[in-house]
Amino acid sequence: MSRQQLSDLYFMEARSKVIDIAAFLDRMDRGTGAEDFRVISLRESMKILQSDRPDRAAEVLRSLSDTTTKPIPSATTKAACGAWLGPQKKAAAKQPARAAKK
Amino acid sequence: MRYIEPHGHMVSRTTDDYQDMATAGCQVVCEPAFWAGFDRGSAAGFHDYFRQLTDQEPKRAARYGISHYTWICLNPKESEDTQLAEEVLKIIPEFLDKPTVLGVGEIGLNKNSRNEILVLEKHVDLAAKHNQLVLVHTPHLEDKLKGTRLILDIIKNERRLTPNRVIIDHVEEHTIKMVLDKGFWAGMTLYPESKCTSARAIDMIEVFGGERLWMNSACDWGHSVPLAVPRTALEMRKRGYTADVIDKMIYRNPVAFMSQSPKFKLPIDPL
Ligand SMILES: [Zn+2]
Repeated sequence: MSRQQLSDLYFMEARSKVIDIAAFLDRMDRGTGAEDFRVISLRESMKILQSDRPDRAAEVLRSLSDTTTKPIPSATTKAACGAWLGPQKKAAAKQPARAAKK
Repeated sequence: MRYIEPHGHMVSRTTDDYQDMATAGCQVVCEPAFWAGFDRGSAAGFHDYFRQLTDQEPKRAARYGISHYTWICLNPKESEDTQLAEEVLKIIPEFLDKPTVLGVGEIGLNKNSRNEILVLEKHVDLAAKHNQLVLVHTPHLEDKLKGTRLILDIIKNERRLTPNRVIIDHVEEHTIKMVLDKGFWAGMTLYPESKCTSARAIDMIEVFGGERLWMNSACDWGHSVPLAVPRTALEMRKRGYTADVIDKMIYRNPVAFMSQSPKFKLPIDPL
């Protein structure tokens, strides 16, 4: 399909999702307390959107993934949370909260 | 339009859903054994569930002209209790011979724990021993990439299983390539939030080709859409795909995979 046709099909949906994310970040800023590690991960993954690589979707998914390779000793929950708290993100999460304005 | 729902947890759905699916052109639904939303307390609980899958649900589907097939296993979400898993593994073989059971599934991993791996290996051994097709659930969200790698290693190590008789389900953009490159089939699950949208599924067909690939709704008791497959067919049409290509993705591909089981038969006179 041409870029024109793809835009006709998907532009409004993409526009709406970008505004939703912007509003979500504004909402976070108005919140109180430390930044959640999932949001730290999400902010990191958003940098990928501005790159010109051909596999942005895969790279965003990778950036939100557990990068370890060994099985965990036991499952203490059944749920997944959508982001992974690796050592780097742990350190970032300890920084003074972004939203500590309040 | 004709289509197959290769992964639907119909025991959790209403008869209205069956009616809608039949109206949209669904001819066959395949139901892997699944987690009930709570942990079953005994092997007898699983035995009843397997009876529901093999006796009751085919009758319910038949009322809407839909053929119902199933897959039997203990779900990875219930693998942490290895003693219960052992008891359930013992009752599975009696169901593998039932006329509508296509294989062992959906086995796999959930949180990528040691016990989950132990129970996965036992299921893989069982499938190999009984020469069964295998349907594999890959973990959710942040656990998917690691879990998919672990699963592929375990199954690749089982020489008695050939990759083209195994479908690795719930692939996304970061896992599909490793699955297809190793010769497995891949399933894309069309979920409103946590897995893959119609648009992204069509993107993956464009990037990776339409071979050894199917789409499913994985509709269950959670937030899911039983008509996700025919809706994706409509979106493929909007994206300019011919009826023939769409038919391959939503009908002929699942038929090709499941026909590897001699039990799988298409309806004789579908509506
Ligand atoms: Zn499922």
